[in-house]
Amino acid sequence: MNARSADRAATLMFWLGAAAVLAILALLLGYILWHGFRAISWDFLTAPPQTIMAGGGVGPQIFNSFYLLFLTMLITIPIGLLAGIYLAEYAGAGRLTEYIRLSMETLTSLPSIVVGLFGLLIFVNLTGWGYTLMSGALALAAINLPFIVRVSEETIRTVPVELREASLALGATRWETMWRVILPSAFPGIVTGTIIAAGRVFGEAAALLYTAGMSSPVLNFTDWNPLSPFSPINPFRPAETLAVHIWKVNSESLIPDVRQVADGSAAVLILVVLFFNILARWLGRYIHHRLTAT
Amino acid sequence: MSKNFPLAIENKEYSSSGPGSLGLTAKGIHIHKRYIEYFGRTVSFLAAALVIALTLAIIFFIGQKGLATFTVSGVNAWNFLFQTQWMPDRPMEQGGPLVGSLSFIIGSLLVSLMAVAVSGPLSVIVAVFMVEIAPGWGQRVLQPAIEILAGIPSVVYGYVGLSLLVPFIRNYMGGEGFSLLAGFIVLSIMILPTIISVSSDSLRALPSQWKEASLALGATRWQTISMVLVPAARSGIITGVVLGLARAFGEALAVQMVIGNTRQIPYSILDPLMTLTSAITMDMGNTIMGSLWNNALWSMGLLLLMMSFMFILIIKLVVRRGGMIR
Repeated sequence: MNARSADRAATLMFWLGAAAVLAILALLLGYILWHGFRAISWDFLTAPPQTIMAGGGVGPQIFNSFYLLFLTMLITIPIGLLAGIYLAEYAGAGRLTEYIRLSMETLTSLPSIVVGLFGLLIFVNLTGWGYTLMSGALALAAINLPFIVRVSEETIRTVPVELREASLALGATRWETMWRVILPSAFPGIVTGTIIAAGRVFGEAAALLYTAGMSSPVLNFTDWNPLSPFSPINPFRPAETLAVHIWKVNSESLIPDVRQVADGSAAVLILVVLFFNILARWLGRYIHHRLTAT
Repeated sequence: MSKNFPLAIENKEYSSSGPGSLGLTAKGIHIHKRYIEYFGRTVSFLAAALVIALTLAIIFFIGQKGLATFTVSGVNAWNFLFQTQWMPDRPMEQGGPLVGSLSFIIGSLLVSLMAVAVSGPLSVIVAVFMVEIAPGWGQRVLQPAIEILAGIPSVVYGYVGLSLLVPFIRNYMGGEGFSLLAGFIVLSIMILPTIISVSSDSLRALPSQWKEASLALGATRWQTISMVLVPAARSGIITGVVLGLARAFGEALAVQMVIGNTRQIPYSILDPLMTLTSAITMDMGNTIMGSLWNNALWSMGLLLLMMSFMFILIIKLVVRRGGMIR
């Protein structure tokens, strides 16, 4: 084979490779949505699951997933943002900064089940809370934190240096410059990164099996007292999320319509993740336009 | 970077906008500002320090629990790592209890290495396609596609594997369907986005003169790609592959759903198997804290933790070497 035909063959190979990845994605999405849309109904989205009979829904699971996401973000956004500010603004090239970065790499590459085991040890057993939303949120925070820190740091670093110089030249301190000048202009990037992280938190399951638990109490959606054990907003109750539900019905459920419930749950999960993805792109662009008035 | 700019508060000639403009003297504002600056620095430092504290806590507690098998239960570490007899609930009279985890370790290694063997080459092909063959198109169509693939939760991969791939293997290839084959196919798709994005970043970072020089010497595009660009980007590509391997090795639920979870070393790709993660997933809830069985599961967790350190170490070595070549 001469060089020219080798080049042609290689080009064909590259096109086929790209086509294969697109085909895999199309097959996955098509399969999940096609089966899912037949399973999804209003009743399915709102009703509680059944334990042995057919016809259960995933209402509490959907609520739990969003509530857990909210709690996780409530913990990770302030800490992650502050740590990102430290790394971008104050940290020098010292030993300590090296340890922070090494820790972040370690946390990022930890298998989520190991974080789940840590959560079981600390947030479930040591605190005596048992399987609770709070334990789950703290475990997910450990997974999510390095991501938010990195997003914050990188976006802060992309802010043009002239903005900082101008602010400092006017007599503002570094902290004032950060909050009044740099963060507002890094805001679109941080929002985009946070929403993408939200998608990942929403789909996480392995870390939750032994922290938030695999069951939900019967929820009373008219009870908004956070201390009541049946209140949906009580953070110290067990909570099964949608992702965990998919795993559980497939591995140990007794209901006859496992297939139906799993199809519907998978489709809801995928739709929410797709929604986060689109929202992140759109919101990032929108806020950027608003702030820069272009 | 910020070191280049002298701080206003450190400047002795600092003065406020005018006498009594806010009822505060210049000195008052000065002290107030310094206090806030100090506060901000401390709070953000504490947040960053928390990342270290969390990591150390995870290492300490998983390590302590994981070592209990050897310190409290008195199991020989060699037997734990290199023996296949898994009888954690068998009493002494029947030859137990034995917690040889070799079949899980081999299962984890097999399934993740095979996933990387499939996913690695395909990912490099796609990364090169995105950067060199069809950059505009790659950016518009493939980039979002890869982001969506990365965003699909692992349980959904597991579920599609369970409901589509497993029956397909059962009907057309034989066996139960729950197999090494199903496991590594699911994993190879899951780790595609990781390897593609890291490799394409490193291809994009190459100086364009290298490509231009190669083409100017009369090399075809394929020759340029295979002999100049891919070798030049190899530290990034290896990093991507190791990250993919790490993700495959640590993935729990997607694998657990499709591999059949049978305690044996598989001899064919159609055989079922069990991995470290699936063993933990299946048994952790059913064993009593402090029992030998439970301790052995924690030791497997520790093993996963140590493997992820090893992967980080490999990446650090690769990146350092790649940096020297450049």
